[in-house]
Amino acid sequence: MSATFRLPTGGLIDRDTALRFTFNGRSMTGHPGDTLASALLANGVHAIGTSVRYGRPRGIVAAGSEDPTSLVQIERPFPEPMLTATTVELHDGLVAYGLPGQGRLADEPDPARYDAKHVHCDVLVVGAGPAGLVAALTAARGGGRVVVVDEQDRAGGALLGTREYLGERLSQEWVADIVAELRGTPGVLVLDRTTAFGVYQDGFVLALQRRTDHLGFDAPADAARQRVWRIRARQTVLATGAHERPVVFADNDRPGIMLAGSARTFLHRYGVLPGTRAVVFTTNDSAYRAAIDLARAGLDVATVVDARPAAPSVLAARCSARGIEVRAGHVVTGTEGDARVTGVRIAPLPGADGTPETVDCDTLLVSGGWNPVVHLFSQARGMLRYDSGLGAFVPGEELPTVRVAGSATGALDLTSCLRQGRAAGLAAALAAGFAPVDEDELPVSGERTDEQPGTVMWRVPGEPRKGAPDTRFVDFQRDATVSDVLRATDAGLRSLEHVKRYTTIGTAHDQGKTSGMITAGLVAEELGVELSEQRPTTFRPPYTPVSFAALAGRDRGELHDPVRVTAQHPWHVARGALFEDVGQWKRPWYFPLPGEDMDTAVLRECRAAREGVALMDASTLGKIDLQGRDVGSFLDMLYTNKMSSLKVGRIRYGVMCGVDGMVIDDGTVIRLAEDRFLVTTTTGNAATVLDWMEEWLQTEWPHLDVYATSVTEHWATFPLVGPRARDVLAGIAPDLDVSNGAFGFMEWRDTVLDVGAGVPARVCRISFSGELAYEINVTAWHGLAVWEALMAAGERYGITPYGTETMHVLRAEKGYPIVGQETDATVTPQDLGMSWAVSKKKADFIGKRSFARAENTRPDRKQLVGLLPVDPQVRLPEGAQVVGTDRLPDPPVPMLGHVTSSYRSAALERTFALAVVRSGRERLGETLYVPVGDDLVPVTVTESVLYDKEGARRDG
Amino acid sequence: MQLIPCPWCGPREETEFHYGGQAHVAYPEDPAALTDEEWARYVFFRDNPSGPFAERWSHSAGCRRWFNAVRDTRTYDLLAVYRIGEPMPDLSERDEVVS
Amino acid sequence: MTADTSSRTSPLTAWADRLADLAPALTAVERPFLTQLTVRVSDPEAVVAMGEALGVAFPAAPCTFTRGGGPFGDVEVLWLGPDEFLVVARSELDLRVPVEDALRAALGPARGAVVDTSAQRTTVALSGPHVRDVLAHGCAVDLHPSAAPTGTCVQTLLARAGVIIQVVDAEADMFTVLVRSSFAEYLAAWLSDACVEYRAALS
Repeated sequence: MSATFRLPTGGLIDRDTALRFTFNGRSMTGHPGDTLASALLANGVHAIGTSVRYGRPRGIVAAGSEDPTSLVQIERPFPEPMLTATTVELHDGLVAYGLPGQGRLADEPDPARYDAKHVHCDVLVVGAGPAGLVAALTAARGGGRVVVVDEQDRAGGALLGTREYLGERLSQEWVADIVAELRGTPGVLVLDRTTAFGVYQDGFVLALQRRTDHLGFDAPADAARQRVWRIRARQTVLATGAHERPVVFADNDRPGIMLAGSARTFLHRYGVLPGTRAVVFTTNDSAYRAAIDLARAGLDVATVVDARPAAPSVLAARCSARGIEVRAGHVVTGTEGDARVTGVRIAPLPGADGTPETVDCDTLLVSGGWNPVVHLFSQARGMLRYDSGLGAFVPGEELPTVRVAGSATGALDLTSCLRQGRAAGLAAALAAGFAPVDEDELPVSGERTDEQPGTVMWRVPGEPRKGAPDTRFVDFQRDATVSDVLRATDAGLRSLEHVKRYTTIGTAHDQGKTSGMITAGLVAEELGVELSEQRPTTFRPPYTPVSFAALAGRDRGELHDPVRVTAQHPWHVARGALFEDVGQWKRPWYFPLPGEDMDTAVLRECRAAREGVALMDASTLGKIDLQGRDVGSFLDMLYTNKMSSLKVGRIRYGVMCGVDGMVIDDGTVIRLAEDRFLVTTTTGNAATVLDWMEEWLQTEWPHLDVYATSVTEHWATFPLVGPRARDVLAGIAPDLDVSNGAFGFMEWRDTVLDVGAGVPARVCRISFSGELAYEINVTAWHGLAVWEALMAAGERYGITPYGTETMHVLRAEKGYPIVGQETDATVTPQDLGMSWAVSKKKADFIGKRSFARAENTRPDRKQLVGLLPVDPQVRLPEGAQVVGTDRLPDPPVPMLGHVTSSYRSAALERTFALAVVRSGRERLGETLYVPVGDDLVPVTVTESVLYDKEGARRDG
Repeated sequence: MQLIPCPWCGPREETEFHYGGQAHVAYPEDPAALTDEEWARYVFFRDNPSGPFAERWSHSAGCRRWFNAVRDTRTYDLLAVYRIGEPMPDLSERDEVVS
Repeated sequence: MTADTSSRTSPLTAWADRLADLAPALTAVERPFLTQLTVRVSDPEAVVAMGEALGVAFPAAPCTFTRGGGPFGDVEVLWLGPDEFLVVARSELDLRVPVEDALRAALGPARGAVVDTSAQRTTVALSGPHVRDVLAHGCAVDLHPSAAPTGTCVQTLLARAGVIIQVVDAEADMFTVLVRSSFAEYLAAWLSDACVEYRAALS
């Protein structure tokens, strides 16, 4: 079927190629170079969807991203909601339909790739229209690194929508020459289809590049569909152009009503006429050019309605020559029609000659003047100034690193735009440290500048009929009318920010590009204040919508967050381990045998550790090497107990508190030499503790001779646990005397393991399970081999690999707390029952003073205790609350504490839990209750140490 | 994405840094000699000015050095950075509004 | 003693083939098992003495590295902080003990520290026409030759991993990335993903 509104010639489209697409179920064709909007218009389709509140038909108002109405849902190639038809490039096979305000997210994973890329430049130019191109060329000729981004599929900006001449040449040719030179200049990056959507501090600009969207089904699967450019520019030139502003009148939202400049763009860029018979309503000269161009192309332009008392004589004469009637001093007071405008009501303004009349037409082109696109300048913290001639906010004072050129400043004629581009490019290059040489004469536009200044009109005077709904729409997408604005001011709202929130104007996908200025004008008019005294609403990123997929980029799936693994990870995977995420680490959680569930596996692993021998990969523990003469006294300040008295060759457990006295970490401290220690931290706190040390060393005690170095990943660390641990160790460490007398608890030895030609190892006799245990440390290079050697050496003792769950059960049976599980930054060592680890002798250490605070000495603090469910089969959920009564009183229910750890114990042959409970240690033997679902589970409070209270097992 | 000028490595993106709160809050000479209130002021109380504020930062993903910075809390602009032990630069000419 | 070398594994052993497949878009080769020692020293005489012991002067400027040859073969010294350096011996021999001994002797009674951190990080040599493109997908530091000439050494983030990036030869597009061992597979996976498009463009 032929596209009846496509002209036989003209436009920047490839007429030799037909693209088939479907809209609202109807098959149509268009051409490469079309947007969905231009292809629809070519096929005579103006109505896109219906409005979100009132269900009114809505069409295409603008030709670009400022369009407030043409929201579509893309169904194929991949579902994507809330795109404007004016920004969707047409491709073969596109399936779309118009949206009533809300779209549908895909319910299948998006197969496309997205990424981000950093780029640094001396000068960034946003906008490749005439001003931007000259700015970029000027800067590039100076030798700097220049990046040019432009939203459209090709450079040219406003020139794409005109047929202007620059000197003797059509402006398109001039654009092509500049783009060719830019692309050929080393250090220059020209990015089209790229929208700068956010300007941040220090020259940081985010831009979204739509790299393959226009290829549709032919988009290569291995190319990033969209890319977020993270641009760091020393200088930025904003040549972002201007948006045409409508005028508000009754029934101004019907399909077929379009901005005049946009209609001109559809003509020149796409070879499309917006209809058959048009009325033009304007407040300024620019719409005359649209009328003349469109009439020349075959549109029957019935009349130009000019709100100014007198028409510009030259332009009016050119209209008359084409048979276009010009009515000055008139306005459009309303429209007729339903799914498409069918007539326009015209009336004289008071004081003008003429009579009200209705003119039949299928198209109404409107121009209320132009708004400079100041969004990015405002985001860059540039101040805006109201220009009463333009009726728009324009950039105020330039910023040191951000300049504005072209119609974004309010300059609306091409020659001025070119000159501004030259000046901005030159200034930016100079500021960035380059001295451009550019002696080319700038061309001069063949188009006349405005004959006559425009008038500023936010809305046509007049009120809706009594009782009739207001159809004077300000924000089409939000269905907000003049009455809505007046309701806001009547309610006492004075600031534009408040009116925006009250009316929702400017909060849709288009962020009020066509409605914001009008709202400001209406509010000022209503309040009787000057717009120069009104603060415009804040412009926030993104300038145009950006999908979350693009923002996520490559950081999804397996790359969403780093997965940290130990050298032994492949072995754990091969052995069928399930993994627990601890921070970014993957730690083996448990190693089920075929057919085992978690409980069974953990009970088996626990039994092995208590009765035979078991092996764990604890390489993720943080390890910090400390060297220097003052390490001992430094550690005395950091830990609650005394470390300087530790003898070389020995190990001590230590607790670390913040200045507030709350536990922040714990671990072992090993004295390697007089002036050298090695401390371990919990897995999750390795970096935090190193930072904590550096903070004190660098900022508080720089005089101390202490150097802290992370060796977390240098060492692989394997606890070898259980009564048979000594036998296994003896088998693999032939030089080591493993007898209890020669190698006692809390001692370490260096030795060489019988692996290959020998692997040096440090063996620490520490235990986090209460059993005889050795912690074997070798370099991560040897970790896998030594792990395998330990498994082999332990085979005849039934050595069992175990994971974090078993480790948790074993330590909980012994009442050992885990920082971050039993503690939550409100727990002191005393609360944990660890006063034994708090020095009474040291004059000071971090946290000491806080222990004496009244709050921290209250007898009713929450204290760590054990809980034994009366029914030994009931396992309490971790995090459950503890209450004191067997029946819940009316809320608020007094909470005594909560369950911090809860397990099934092989050794105890029952379930048990740890909990922090108010005055817990005074409640030993009491029955308390834990709400689980609708039940109150009775539990007996007990000591936190439930297994081997005498500590008899640690020597094997 | 703000740049923070590390006194050693030069300007880097803020994600490389950790914030360390108000600068020049010294650990008390003798905590035991302080009243509960004096101690609580050290532990819990910090200034919260609208305007220039001396803070500590650590270039944690870079050289791991702590340093001081004066930041205008209204604009986020870093008015000065200086190494630990160095005196705070005189900003009297730069900040028109000192809180 | 010298530790057994036959039983060692490196963080990217399993990735060798996949990294090799990235060529020619990106040449990425793990250089495992290098001797690496973290050195903390600020005393100027000790800094000079350590440099002499290795045959390479320690870098004086932040964010740079030096390289040279001496008794331990090719050695690089990376600036990590105002009193912190990473000494990397490029030899395939395990020189951890002799280099540590030499550095300790050179440090003498001055304040400082020498720590064997050889297995803490692994080293990946990156080169090829797209190396800067690939790095720019995840690194915010400007690696243009004008901003990062040969000898530059920055500690920063590459994607979500902390790394040290050395500009080995800016003109020849040669870089070295040092990454914590536990992050190495993540980084390899990220590099592979970032190369997909460049590989496709070349095929």
